[in-house]
Amino acid sequence: METYLGEKQQARQWSPYINNGGSCLAVAGDDFAVIASDTRMSLGYSIKTRYSTKYLKITEKCSIVSSGMQADIFTLHKVLKSRAQIYEQKHGKPMSTDAVAKLVSRLLYYRRFFPYYTFNIVAGVDEDGVGCVFSYDAIGTLERVKYSASGSGSSLIEPVLDNQVALKNRNDIKKEEFKLTKEYAIDLVKDAITSAGERDIYTGDFVEISVIDLNGTHEDKFELRFD
Amino acid sequence: MFRTQYDSDISIYSPEGRLYQIEYAMQAVAQGSTALGLKSKTHAVVVTLMRSSDELSSHQRKIFKVDGHMGIAISGLTADARVLLKFMRNETLHHKFVYGSNLPTGEVVSSLAMKSQRNTQRWGRRPYGVGLLVIGYDGDKTHLYQTSPSGNCFSYYAQAIGSRSQSARTYLEKNFKAFPELGLEELVLHGVKALKESSGKETLTKLNVGIAVVGKEQKFEILKPNKVQTYLDQILQTEGEIEIENENENEKDEEAETLELKLD
Repeated sequence: METYLGEKQQARQWSPYINNGGSCLAVAGDDFAVIASDTRMSLGYSIKTRYSTKYLKITEKCSIVSSGMQADIFTLHKVLKSRAQIYEQKHGKPMSTDAVAKLVSRLLYYRRFFPYYTFNIVAGVDEDGVGCVFSYDAIGTLERVKYSASGSGSSLIEPVLDNQVALKNRNDIKKEEFKLTKEYAIDLVKDAITSAGERDIYTGDFVEISVIDLNGTHEDKFELRFD
Repeated sequence: MFRTQYDSDISIYSPEGRLYQIEYAMQAVAQGSTALGLKSKTHAVVVTLMRSSDELSSHQRKIFKVDGHMGIAISGLTADARVLLKFMRNETLHHKFVYGSNLPTGEVVSSLAMKSQRNTQRWGRRPYGVGLLVIGYDGDKTHLYQTSPSGNCFSYYAQAIGSRSQSARTYLEKNFKAFPELGLEELVLHGVKALKESSGKETLTKLNVGIAVVGKEQKFEILKPNKVQTYLDQILQTEGEIEIENENENEKDEEAETLELKLD
């Protein structure tokens, strides 16, 4: 039986989505979390701006970084910021990191049929003071992990974190002997995103890095390659 | 004084051109405990006297945060105040979401005034039985506004509302010329001294005095009881009475915190 397949479409259909590139990552320790993102915003092979933030501090104990389409990132962050304020006014205290994580998941699923083109990572310390990282897909699938990377450089960064944080495929060190200290994690995050900047054309310019622990959030910024 | 002929409904004027229902609503404000506000060029402060109905209950909160740059002190029906507070929070948050900046205090107060007036001219509604003192810092200026059930709102250098507020107002009238140049500490001290004038027989303690500040490089903040105590100590010292703090005070503080009901 023959089926009529129809003519192949010549013209490309308009898409509401574009990818502005950029990389994000986060690593959780026993009592801290490190979260970082680059600030380059690209379109095709051009750079739109060298500084467009992908990072938002939601509470003193929780932050989010997002990669993907800058318009959706900006809007999602705006909505999240408002929701955090509403929560604080209603409950008299800031949102816990778990609550933020769940809220982000719900906000994303709310747009299940026209998703935010964002790939988010939420990181912070939970109610017990333990560091946590939550990673998402575009429609809000939520998973708590020890580390995560997203964005154009994620395939370059994730294997590094697998090897250095989870100690996968290593014969030289045993899990019991390894302790993830804050200094080690900060250096690792810096090195990982710097290395991504070397090879990924969409990652570069500046990095916003943030260390979160029970004392609060310490934000910092450093330069990457401008090429 | 019988005014029953012209006061049974909000929509009835008296022959003198008064709306008695609105005036009765303003009486509700005058029944609440004292709340006062004052401002300098850089800071605005509200000071309130919080009542508690008996020893077992918590003190009625009178100060609420609206946004990072704005807050209110209330006098009158707390339940009505909650409705207005929700309205103000909504307006400020919406403005921040849409325009990315703080909503000017004057604009919120204008919207509030409109909202209050609506209730004086609609079938089946009653005026809000609460007066607000709104303090805010925006556009490099401090603001202090009073709103009332009538829908009128005015800007003030200093104002006091609630029961026995006239004594506080008299104090403020005597001293307000000096306020613009004062620093935060002195401004708060004036506020507490003014409150003392209206406190009558009630002793001021850190549990029944509420203080909130806002200003340049100062987000709206309700001061913790221990900070309030430092100001009370200064007032009492200058008057020659020095209170000795005992350990029981700290225990009471913790109890007060657990008793504090989340009223908004």
